[in-house]
Amino acid sequence: MQRELINRARELLADGTVDRVLGWQAGQFAYDITPAVFTDAGELEAHFVYNEFCADNLSKYLIKESEKEGKVLAFLKPCDTYSFNQLVTEHRIRREHVYVIGVESYGKADVEKLRARGISGITGVETVSGMLKVHTMYGDESVPLNEVMLDRCLTCKSKKHVVYDELIGEDGDVVADSGRFDMVEKLERMTAKERFSFWQGELSRCIRCNACRNVCPACTCENCVFDNPGSGLQNRAARDNFEEKLFHIIRAYHVAGRCTDCGECSRVCPEHIPLHLLNRKFIKDFNELYGPFQAGEVSGQMSPMCAYTETADPEASVVRKGGAE
Amino acid sequence: MQKIGVFVCWCGTNIASTVDVKAVAEAAKSVPGVVFSTDYQYMCSEAGQNLIKDSVLTYGLTHVVVCSCSPRMHEATFRKAVASIGMNPYMLEVANIREQCSWVHKDKEVGTEKAIALMKAAVAKAMLNTPLTAGSTPVTKRALVIGGGIAGMQTALDIADAGFQVDIVETKPTIGGKMAQLDKTFPTLDCSSCIVTPKMVEVGQHPNITIYAYSEVTEVKGFVGQFTVTIKRKARYVDESKCTGCGACIEKCPMKKVPDEWNMNLNNRKAIYIPFAQAVPKIATIDPAYCLKLNTGKCGVCSKVCGTNAINYEAKDEYLEVGYGAIVAATGYEMIDVSKYDEYAYSNSPDVVTALEYERLMSAAGPTGGHLVRPSDGKEPKTIVFIQCVGSRETEDSCHGGKPYCSKVCCMYTAKHAILTKDHYPDTDIYVFYIDVRTPGKLFDEFYRRAVEQYNVHYIKGAVGKVTPNAETGKLDVQAADLLLMEQLQIEADMVVLAAALEPHRSARPLATMLTAPMDTNDFFTEAHAKLRPVESATAGIYLSGFCQGPKDIPETVSQAGAAAAKVIGLLSKNELVGNPCVAHSDEWMCNGCSQCENVCPYGAITYEEKEFRMPDRTTKIRRVASVNPAVCQGCGACTVTCPSGAMDLRGFTNQEIMAEVDALCL
Repeated sequence: MQRELINRARELLADGTVDRVLGWQAGQFAYDITPAVFTDAGELEAHFVYNEFCADNLSKYLIKESEKEGKVLAFLKPCDTYSFNQLVTEHRIRREHVYVIGVESYGKADVEKLRARGISGITGVETVSGMLKVHTMYGDESVPLNEVMLDRCLTCKSKKHVVYDELIGEDGDVVADSGRFDMVEKLERMTAKERFSFWQGELSRCIRCNACRNVCPACTCENCVFDNPGSGLQNRAARDNFEEKLFHIIRAYHVAGRCTDCGECSRVCPEHIPLHLLNRKFIKDFNELYGPFQAGEVSGQMSPMCAYTETADPEASVVRKGGAE
Repeated sequence: MQKIGVFVCWCGTNIASTVDVKAVAEAAKSVPGVVFSTDYQYMCSEAGQNLIKDSVLTYGLTHVVVCSCSPRMHEATFRKAVASIGMNPYMLEVANIREQCSWVHKDKEVGTEKAIALMKAAVAKAMLNTPLTAGSTPVTKRALVIGGGIAGMQTALDIADAGFQVDIVETKPTIGGKMAQLDKTFPTLDCSSCIVTPKMVEVGQHPNITIYAYSEVTEVKGFVGQFTVTIKRKARYVDESKCTGCGACIEKCPMKKVPDEWNMNLNNRKAIYIPFAQAVPKIATIDPAYCLKLNTGKCGVCSKVCGTNAINYEAKDEYLEVGYGAIVAATGYEMIDVSKYDEYAYSNSPDVVTALEYERLMSAAGPTGGHLVRPSDGKEPKTIVFIQCVGSRETEDSCHGGKPYCSKVCCMYTAKHAILTKDHYPDTDIYVFYIDVRTPGKLFDEFYRRAVEQYNVHYIKGAVGKVTPNAETGKLDVQAADLLLMEQLQIEADMVVLAAALEPHRSARPLATMLTAPMDTNDFFTEAHAKLRPVESATAGIYLSGFCQGPKDIPETVSQAGAAAAKVIGLLSKNELVGNPCVAHSDEWMCNGCSQCENVCPYGAITYEEKEFRMPDRTTKIRRVASVNPAVCQGCGACTVTCPSGAMDLRGFTNQEIMAEVDALCL
């Protein structure tokens, strides 16, 4: 797969279709994947990787990349395409500056789960007939991928690419029984007190590193309310001795209806806080209150919070988008 | 440095009986920023206003907080008061300690505590209030009246008489509306067309009125004083400037089987037609659904006989864009579809008719020349049953989903039908089944009593259960209940007349959407204030005339039409309008360009533009940012709460001001 991606990227660079390539490269360690922009074949050959550690959602990087002159090639996994669509809907990505290649993904590996199995000194990874083959300094190990998958991939909502200019690999389907709301339902069944102590236990570990916010493809404000003294939110969040709850709850509200449930927030949290559950609660509520809605599924489709239905509202003044215009 | 004065109103005993006003004034003294506080019996009185003004001057107040009734009542009063001594009116803040406090509490201790909290919140907001200045926009001195019935005609005439240009848009080929279809009018029994056709002529001849008949409004842009309306002029296939209305084409048109909607489809007309003799404008129209030439390409007879070469089969719909200062909705009513009321057999027998069909059967200009006969066999009916409230006054659990309201005119027109019928055919037996007979109005009850006492019409309080066409007798078997005598009745009727509910015309809701004018669940336009602003929509610059606002008879419609015209004249007399400075604006540096605010704005006040920005690193960047048209913005604040970054803010109700109020209440 990696070879195919590099070859295609080289072709598109060579024929002038794109000027840059947004992909992944290894960091200090093989499992330490980081998004990167490549501008020529040499860089691609030297550094481009695509494997089961390439979990990063590249969509958010396209905000800055698509602002630049020329066209950028982006490799997007199914989950990333939802974020991409959402950002196009919000006019954050200039669609005409991006060439999207959908790449198949059947789940990404969680290095912590590999470590828990005693695998260390990892130097690479590949899938060989359904098994994850891990190359290590001490030899190769083979484990079933679904046993070491990221939690978010275990409850994958869709293996379908909702947007692409071309596809490498196969397109999948929306997963009907992802079970992604199971934990939300469990929380809903708790008493308020139990739920509060669950969240207090989780959120109290927050070190306010802002990784969740910085990685989140819905958190793209030019000036985040938490960085804006004028908003008054900074002080308000700090006023409570349980300040983290406010930070995360305010953040969840801000992305409600726009969160595509890509799961990056929980993946990057160094404290392993299941932040995605807050977002999923909103998604579940949206589905129940306004009918099924998946942010990013359709480009240009606004969330039910910003959309009007022609029939539901007796007040004519609010039945149509944009009113008199 | 803010120097705030707090003025606590007693409102007689309205506030003072459940709020310790002195304690509120006393508590204000210790609130940071407050340098003066007092209480007074009626702050809105001249003496009260003077107290505020004098205190501002004496203590050098920068902000004023009045603790009184809802700002909807007296905010304007107090703003004017402080403005008269040179203070910016938006430095004034009203704490509502009446509607939101004294009126809802019984315990004085609780009421006082809450009043103090509300006062503190208002002070916290006032601390952040900044001077605001309203802008102004010019007024286009032309009015649009949508609907050419009696309501629209009267409004247009009154506006035109005041010297302003008025355009009437009417969907039908002629103005006149429903009133032109009526036979006589209650309770005076004067001929409806005798009084409405002179009005139509007056409208047609008025130098200040332009009639766009056979036309529709398709788009409304802009705002009060500055509307831009797109009018679709449907193709008549007849050149309006050439047609003389001679009728030669109609005579020769071979297509004779077109239901005549003017006569409630009781007879047929031609494919080219003029609805009725007194139509204004009197111009022929080709019905594209039936015209042979348009549908098959063969025929063209009308074109051959037309002496002025007015026929044009190639005609297309045309669109006009016209600017207006004010728009009047006068879309009128129509009868509900009664076919769903199976029990009345409307669909099964031609002798079951609606009241409007009965009007046409009675009318000298109608399909029978005014000779009342049964549609089925052309014989004179001897027994007629009138059923009231068909689809009106229905409860929510009714299986038909009829109207909850009373259509208001049915009791009276049924009495009229009964009297007219008995006048012409004294040997007719007439039964009227009613829930209540409602006759409030000048000479109305007298009229109804005449029907009962003088004309011997059988009024029966009760309901008709079933109407069954009897194939053997050719009559209608009416089974009914007399609720006063508590007995079942069987009546062999020749005709049944349904007083069907009247509902706003189907074009009203799409129009309301275009106008962004609020409607109720029955599709009546909502007035700005049920008591005090009954002819204005809550949307500025939109006025309401006639049935579209609520059920009305003709004189009420004419009165309201005149009232709406007076409001329009008041608006058009101004050269410019002072706007509301409490409008949204976007901080372009914080705006993400996401379009969510544009999507939620009910007034279409927000647009996006690509703008060039000089960035801190001295580069230039094109960014998509929101911009608000302050003349269109109504200050509802929907955008400010939608904006994820907080870039959108509302002047006079800034996010910071509201947060300050919340903090004052909660912390």
